[in-house]
Amino acid sequence: MRPGFETGHELPSAGSPGEPGAAVTPQNGEYTISVRSLWKVFGKNPERALEAQNLQKSKTKIQQELNLVVALKDVTFEATTGETFVVMGLSGSGKSTLVRCLIRLIEATSGDILVDGENIIDYDSNQLRNFRRSKVAMVFQNFGLLPHKNVLDNAAYGLEVRGVGKEQRYEVASEMLAKVGLTGWEGSYQRELSGGMQQRVGLARALALDPEILLMDEPFSGLDPLIRRQMRGELASLQEEIQKTIIFITHDLDEAVTVGDRIAIMKDGEIIQLGSPQDIIMNPVDDFVKEFTQGIPKTKVINVASIISEPELIIADWRRIEDLVAQMDRAGTEYAICVDTDNKYIGVIPKQKVTLLAGRPAGDLTDILHTDVATVHPETLLEQALAALVDATIPIPVVDGSNCFLGVAAQRDILMVIAANL
Amino acid sequence: MGIKFRKIANLITGKGATRASENAERIRKMAIIAAVIGIALLASFLVHKYGVTGALKYPTNLGPELTGLLDGGFQWILVNGEWFFDAISDNLKIALGKLRDFLVWIPWPVVVALIFLLGWRIASFAVGIASALGMVAIGLVNLWEPAMVTVAIMMVSVSIAIAFGIPMGILAASSNSVEKLLRPVLDGMQTMPSFVYLIPGIMLFGLGNVAAILATVLYALPPCIRLTNLGIRQVDPSVVEAGRSFGSSPFQLLYKVQIPMAVPTIMAGVNQTVMMALAMATIAAMVGAGGLGIEVLRSMGQLEEGEAFVAGTAIVIMAIIIDRISQGYVLSRSDS
Ligand SMILES: Nc1ncnc2c1ncn2[C@@H]1O[C@H](COP(=O)(O)OP(=O)(O)OP(=O)(O)O)[C@@H](O)[C@H]1O
Ligand SMILES: [Mg+2]
Repeated sequence: MRPGFETGHELPSAGSPGEPGAAVTPQNGEYTISVRSLWKVFGKNPERALEAQNLQKSKTKIQQELNLVVALKDVTFEATTGETFVVMGLSGSGKSTLVRCLIRLIEATSGDILVDGENIIDYDSNQLRNFRRSKVAMVFQNFGLLPHKNVLDNAAYGLEVRGVGKEQRYEVASEMLAKVGLTGWEGSYQRELSGGMQQRVGLARALALDPEILLMDEPFSGLDPLIRRQMRGELASLQEEIQKTIIFITHDLDEAVTVGDRIAIMKDGEIIQLGSPQDIIMNPVDDFVKEFTQGIPKTKVINVASIISEPELIIADWRRIEDLVAQMDRAGTEYAICVDTDNKYIGVIPKQKVTLLAGRPAGDLTDILHTDVATVHPETLLEQALAALVDATIPIPVVDGSNCFLGVAAQRDILMVIAANL
Repeated sequence: MGIKFRKIANLITGKGATRASENAERIRKMAIIAAVIGIALLASFLVHKYGVTGALKYPTNLGPELTGLLDGGFQWILVNGEWFFDAISDNLKIALGKLRDFLVWIPWPVVVALIFLLGWRIASFAVGIASALGMVAIGLVNLWEPAMVTVAIMMVSVSIAIAFGIPMGILAASSNSVEKLLRPVLDGMQTMPSFVYLIPGIMLFGLGNVAAILATVLYALPPCIRLTNLGIRQVDPSVVEAGRSFGSSPFQLLYKVQIPMAVPTIMAGVNQTVMMALAMATIAAMVGAGGLGIEVLRSMGQLEEGEAFVAGTAIVIMAIIIDRISQGYVLSRSDS
């Protein structure tokens, strides 16, 4: 097995209990790729756009006055291993320019791109070729497959230019084709494949190189909505397995939210907001981002942690409760949450069942304890929590991975979020 | 309602206004042209009326000096490059002779059968049959041997043209400055009347088949260069970009991506080269090339219209056969 392809890594989870919206932020020095103050200006003598007196001018103004197109303006971000970093923005915002600069298909006007601590801007053509052959691979919107080669040879192309022998590169390429579900298509040609299949070949070709960094420029835009959704899902599970640094370009926020760990929103060549999907949707920095996010169901990005609340009544010493009804009356609640002494969740006792106890010997609540009520994790998205809501007559208990009780998610709060979004 | 109406009215009058100004502009231009022509005619009339001799005869004739200079230049090339041109000439003569002998040596039924197979497999059954019948017809009018000589000259010329043309096309495609340099040369070559190509051949090699080959090569070269260049430059840029992104070296990019994708266009260039070579191989009879061309030339000189017509028809038949078959090949390549 080749390095980097073992499974079993933990996927960094977006959002942790207690601090909703926490994103994977790279610790210093742990990034795979770091882009610093990157500029790309198209036109004659592009440096003019970087002069002090022009820095504050808008893209349109510079275009009118200097006849230069500022495609990237002071772009800075970092991405880590295992992270899917999404860049999104409207058409013409500079997304393609950015991703092409990262592999130097376009030369940046100024700025640094550090990959594993080396500035690839300083590479000569030899080093650059080696960099492209070993560390980075790109998936293109219009696939960029070679029509005169069959699927297997296309998938093996990166290894072929790297100089890997036929047998070995076919072995790796077949493995990758299997990973993207194209076993049996090795001998076919591009014209015989559907769009989705062509993009899988593009993906297999990139994966065959086992790159640290995977650049994807609107890889799914050319596909119909059904296939697109399917491919997103496959990419997410693939990423969980391969743990690469993925820079994913899209102009579709829905897509960004589904595949992204962090999202950078670009406008006129600048990153105007960078954060977790939840961040972007809950706290848009300006009206532009707000408008962008309008169409996205908030239930898709908000997790249970952000609406968690304290239940009115928690009972730890639950076997010997004499005045439970009285306690419930006092708290004004219809249920009680039972936990053990370590705060591990045990179950729920509804008030109407307590009244049945009236005639029995006091103390034993085992008969009326409900242990089969659906629970949710704090990082569960509201969208998924809705299923638990259907059968719930009382708020849904929220527990963490080790079954510690954290609070409840009230139906009312979930519905409020949905209502606010309508 | 009122506003809308006014807007529409404005639109109409605005449009009307631009149309009027356009017309005025056109009339002004025509007036200028008419004036220039008028002045030129008037000036010519006046020159003739008053007999201004200085304007009727050129003051000097530079012709003899220029041709003298050129003669000297060519003489120098011939004297100093004699060994070089002789070597080329000798080798080409030998190669051509062997090829011609070989073609004539193959019995005609075998050639007819091969042509049929070629036409059938590459183009269609009908093309195969028609091509075979065409070859039979050439044999029936006793033009088999001259036809084989023409084919031999063509084969040699086309091989040389392709051997130079495709690499030059690749070079032009990989460098903008080479392309800029080549373009006017190719334009010039393609606008020149075809018999001009015979001149360098005679000067360097004297009358004969070698001069004919040189003329044919020069004449047939441009489309090969042009279409190779075009084919490579037309390769989908997104595929080239993908190739670059995987770290292909310029050479790998060329022979793994660009050239294979340009094959249909390059083959179209080869097809044109073949057709032009046939045209030139017959015209080259003027400088002593053997083959069908010389038959036409000789019979016309002797005022034997019937023979000239038959030989001319034989050339047309060969042209059609070669075109159909090579066209079929190009199409089959670009389909796949
Ligand atoms: N080769 C070029 N020469 C001049 N300007 C360019 C060039 N390439 C891109 N631009 C300009 O740079 C800006 C950013 O373009 P880019 O292609 O990166 O946008 P994008 O965000 O990828 O858009 P899309 O979603 O349409 O792909 C645009 O204003 C574009 O006009
Ligand atoms: Mg783009």
